[in-house]
Amino acid sequence: MQSILAMAQLTLYEARRRRIVTAAVVCAAAFLAVYAAGLFFIHREQLREGRPLFQQQAAMSVLTIVGLYAANFLSVLFAVLLPVDTLSGEIDSGVMQTVASKPIRRADVVIGKWFGHALIVMGYVLVLTLGVMIVVRLIAGTVAVRPLEGLPLMLLEIVLLMTVSIAGGTRLSTVTNGVMALGFYGIAFVGGWIEQIGGFAGSQAAKTVGIVASLISPADALWRLASYQVQPESLRNFGAAVFATSSVPTTLMVWWAAGFTVVTLIFAVRSFSTRQL
Amino acid sequence: MSDLVIDTRGLRKWFGPTLAVADLSLSVCAGEIFGFLGPNGAGKTTSVKMLLSLVHPDGGNGRVLGQPLGDRLTRARVGFLPEHFRFHDCLTARELLRFHGRLYGLSGSDLDMRIDRLLARVDLLEAADRPVRGYSKGMMQRTGLAQALLNDPVLVFLDEPTSGLDPLGRLLVRDIISDLRDRGTTVFLNSHLLGEVEATCDRVAFVKQGRTIHEMVLGQSVGFVDLEIRVSPLDACLLEGLSAFGSAISQSTADIVRMRVESEATLPALTRWLVERGANVYGLQPRRKSLEEWFVEVMGDDQRPG
Repeated sequence: MQSILAMAQLTLYEARRRRIVTAAVVCAAAFLAVYAAGLFFIHREQLREGRPLFQQQAAMSVLTIVGLYAANFLSVLFAVLLPVDTLSGEIDSGVMQTVASKPIRRADVVIGKWFGHALIVMGYVLVLTLGVMIVVRLIAGTVAVRPLEGLPLMLLEIVLLMTVSIAGGTRLSTVTNGVMALGFYGIAFVGGWIEQIGGFAGSQAAKTVGIVASLISPADALWRLASYQVQPESLRNFGAAVFATSSVPTTLMVWWAAGFTVVTLIFAVRSFSTRQL
Repeated sequence: MSDLVIDTRGLRKWFGPTLAVADLSLSVCAGEIFGFLGPNGAGKTTSVKMLLSLVHPDGGNGRVLGQPLGDRLTRARVGFLPEHFRFHDCLTARELLRFHGRLYGLSGSDLDMRIDRLLARVDLLEAADRPVRGYSKGMMQRTGLAQALLNDPVLVFLDEPTSGLDPLGRLLVRDIISDLRDRGTTVFLNSHLLGEVEATCDRVAFVKQGRTIHEMVLGQSVGFVDLEIRVSPLDACLLEGLSAFGSAISQSTADIVRMRVESEATLPALTRWLVERGANVYGLQPRRKSLEEWFVEVMGDDQRPG
């Protein structure tokens, strides 16, 4: 247990020392600043034009989900890229030789790193989501969107992608792992669009292709379910493209994604345990 | 010196189609300073990695400290300095050692005291709170050495411990190995620097193409002494007379003759004979074969620089 803790603490410490946390905070602040500026001018325009309240509310709700969508996308990139070299880099450089020759299980290395990275990426999602909520609240007041209801699903999505990135690092070189992990998300992303468009077009076959893609790579399905849950009833039927909910993933998909994460982590442990260092 | 701390039989390792280690059969006794010698690519580092469970052997078997290879708890009594010591370079030396200490299960003031003692031993106390990324190669190597000794190991693997060190650094390493010998620690030393090995090791094994081909105890009589005699006049009659004392007589220059005698006990009689014969003796030098010469001889003519 002490070695898991030591690995997790080292991960957090490294992230701070290598200024990864600083870079993430600066990027998050820049994103929120741009988002706040856009929201402010749109909201002011609406007030100036004297739009009815329900229209203002609808527009602000849509813009809140746009903010969450962007926050989710940034978090996805962060979750894939942050741990992409944590194992492969240390294996290639030889750092791992002195670590793995200690009286610890190889599993401790993987699990410790997994915990450390999970804390960082979840923190990032929280900062961005809360940031979007605060910006909306300050500029537009109360809106009908409930970001916190989608948060657990977003966290699971991010942890899933981070786990895939760590697992890839047990066997692949850093660049190959990055390409593979982003490609893995790409399958989910494209699958999600196909499922949505298939839903609008009434094509069951297209929806099935999307669902199969989501089973192979369940990350985007979690975001779509999250975006469905945060939306008020009025907006769910509105059907805007990016966060469309013509085909909503079921709770079964959540269990599938959770199981997928656990199995991927077990694979990472087993793969690293038999890796020649 | 009787308990075996390393005992392997026929360890073998393939990397794809390449046979890295063909037959590693070794016995290292407790308290020994053991040198493991061979050209580049002979399988030395892979052998060490198998003993440390970093690499899984494809065949053969072995025990380290009496336990089968791969036993996790055994590693609590083992130290290791890899050939190219790399680490989390955003840490300071003190933080790095604390991290590695925790992996050994150490903590608290005991760990802090060990760290201070080792930092002082490797002469890094002043730089201990600076990030390691600013260190010179020698300082990094010394940090690695401190890391290898954190757990007061009974067996230490040092893979090229003096690479990157200046003469003072090399002396320091030699000194530390000498301390380890005094404490009864077994040292398994991989090194290309045969002078270092000769100065520190009790016994060496030569490895070639993944096989241990020769073992020898250093400093032990090899059953003969090679001599170099500077004498004049050096004529055929004198050369013939010398053959009564030894063999392999050859004249290398006008006044230098080389020969092999059974032991140093032959030298007084030989000197007396030369003087009584009226020869002028300018020098009589017993020559021990250096480890480098042994290395070249054992490795054979087919060996090329790696």
